[in-house]
Amino acid sequence: MATLIAPEHTSAVEDAEKLQKACKGWGTDEKAIISVLGHRNAVQRKQIRLAYEDLYQEDLIKRLESELSGDFEKAVYRWILDPADRDAVLANVAIKKLSPDHHVIVEISCTRSPEELLAVRRAYQARYKHSLEEDVAAHTKGDTRKLLVSLVSAFRYDGEEINTRVANSEAKILHEAVKDKEFNHEEIIRILSTRSKMQLMATFNRYRDDHGTTITKNLEGDSGDEFLKTLRATIRCLNDPKKYFEKVLRNSIRRVGTDEDALTRVIVTRAEKDLKDIKELYYKRNSVSLDQAVAKDTSGDYKALLLTLLGKED
Amino acid sequence: MANPCEVEVLNNALSGIGVDEKSLVSILTKSQNEHKKSMRKGCSKFFLEDERQFERWNDSAIKSLKAEFKLFKDVVVLSLMHPWERDARLFKKALKKGPPHYNVIVEIACTRSSDQLLGARKAYHSLFDRSIEEDLASHVKGSERKLLVALVSAYRYEGPKVKEDAAKSEAKALLNAIKNNNGDHKKKAMEEDEVIWILTTRSKPHLKVVYEQYKKISAKTITEELEVELLLKETVECLCTPQTYFTRVFDTALREDAKEDAKKALTRLVATQEDVDLKGIAAKFEDKIKERVKGAYKDVLLGVLADDRQ
Repeated sequence: MATLIAPEHTSAVEDAEKLQKACKGWGTDEKAIISVLGHRNAVQRKQIRLAYEDLYQEDLIKRLESELSGDFEKAVYRWILDPADRDAVLANVAIKKLSPDHHVIVEISCTRSPEELLAVRRAYQARYKHSLEEDVAAHTKGDTRKLLVSLVSAFRYDGEEINTRVANSEAKILHEAVKDKEFNHEEIIRILSTRSKMQLMATFNRYRDDHGTTITKNLEGDSGDEFLKTLRATIRCLNDPKKYFEKVLRNSIRRVGTDEDALTRVIVTRAEKDLKDIKELYYKRNSVSLDQAVAKDTSGDYKALLLTLLGKED
Repeated sequence: MANPCEVEVLNNALSGIGVDEKSLVSILTKSQNEHKKSMRKGCSKFFLEDERQFERWNDSAIKSLKAEFKLFKDVVVLSLMHPWERDARLFKKALKKGPPHYNVIVEIACTRSSDQLLGARKAYHSLFDRSIEEDLASHVKGSERKLLVALVSAYRYEGPKVKEDAAKSEAKALLNAIKNNNGDHKKKAMEEDEVIWILTTRSKPHLKVVYEQYKKISAKTITEELEVELLLKETVECLCTPQTYFTRVFDTALREDAKEDAKKALTRLVATQEDVDLKGIAAKFEDKIKERVKGAYKDVLLGVLADDRQ
């Protein structure tokens, strides 16, 4: 369930006017920005952008970029974009880093629906004049590259049909591949990047039933190996995305500094999806609410926006 | 008694590509038993003298006739199909028929636009409750697997922008990969990761520049260099020089000794390509078509490939 609180009937024109007022003159009224944008869903945000352009002949996003700064600005920028466009930006940022954030690519390609992933690929092309897969390929190497390119290129069957025979045989293949720590990468990549999500669930369940432990447990090992890290993230995202996101949040807050990029990314991309469920998992795991943890670790307008997206009543 | 002329008409109506329905109709509506007997005796290509004194159909002739009659039906069915369903079914059929037919998968994956290929993948979900990539990945066992899966998964950028530097270095990388594997018989060039990611993720305009750059650094073109690996050669051809590919399909299909698959390839092209390039190539073969192709199938070919078609 989503955490975003957005009223059903809003006026894009009024909202655009409020935002323009917030940006006018000296200083910026960040609270006003948060109170408007923090309570609008993707459709509404898009309408606000159009209304703003119409009224003031200016790109709202560019305006906000110039008015705001720091983690708050990054968060607002990511929040205000269309989901597909946002994912394209996140992917590009992840790829272009000196040491690419493979797990972000995994996240996007494995936790979005097949249609959503297609939309991301289109948005990526529109923005960067390259296909997502060619950029991923050009910036990665070896087996990690094979895995990531396959994942972003996938257009999985999204139906409920599963084949138990296949689940059995592929659980076996995965086990064989994992057992001797000599990963037959080709087969693992094939299974993880082409099978439907329902089929994979059946396979993972079968694996667990046959071997008493989940496949992710069996993959724990030297965290030095980049392919292994990426593979683990892949299986986690495919197997239980909410649990995966809880872990990302936990790690982002736990660190000696906060990993704002990860924190922003998860909250912004899940607020309209399943952040509520993730919050419940977080509480179960950490005995403290996510809201509290975020409040303790962040400050200022950045904190205010995050808490609003987390469902804080005004 | 049938006169030699009529025998020749019958022979012609059933020879070549497709069948001349009109001639056959007029022959049959005019013939009685005696007439037909003498025609049978006159058409040694289609009828054999049986030891028990009757003229029997040549079994292998019937088989090829079946294929010829089917050409029209195939082009009709294929042409009317939604392009997505058509491509999904062609993928499935090629996969089922096995390695000698994998070139069809390459042809479709490489000659369709990005959105057309995507549509085919969607239709595949609807028709077969699986994704094309999972079927390919689990059924193709040989060295072609990675290439084929990656080709059908592509969603290439279609803008004109090309980075010359990247194209240059990728041409070099391809050259290395191909040269290294020419001697090494264990691994084929189509299994090389460099080859795969370049050919399956880069845009077509980009690949055309890579093709040109390759010519500069090697004595041969990529396709000449790849004579041994047909599937990879066709991949490069369809992506970089589709006109060469189309021309070859026409040429092979219109030969005297053309096999069934060659004619099916022609049907496929005619039913599916709305390419401007195709019409230009077809114009070169117009005379050959008029000479070798018969009946309704010929009419479809000429009609569809005419330059002023709407």
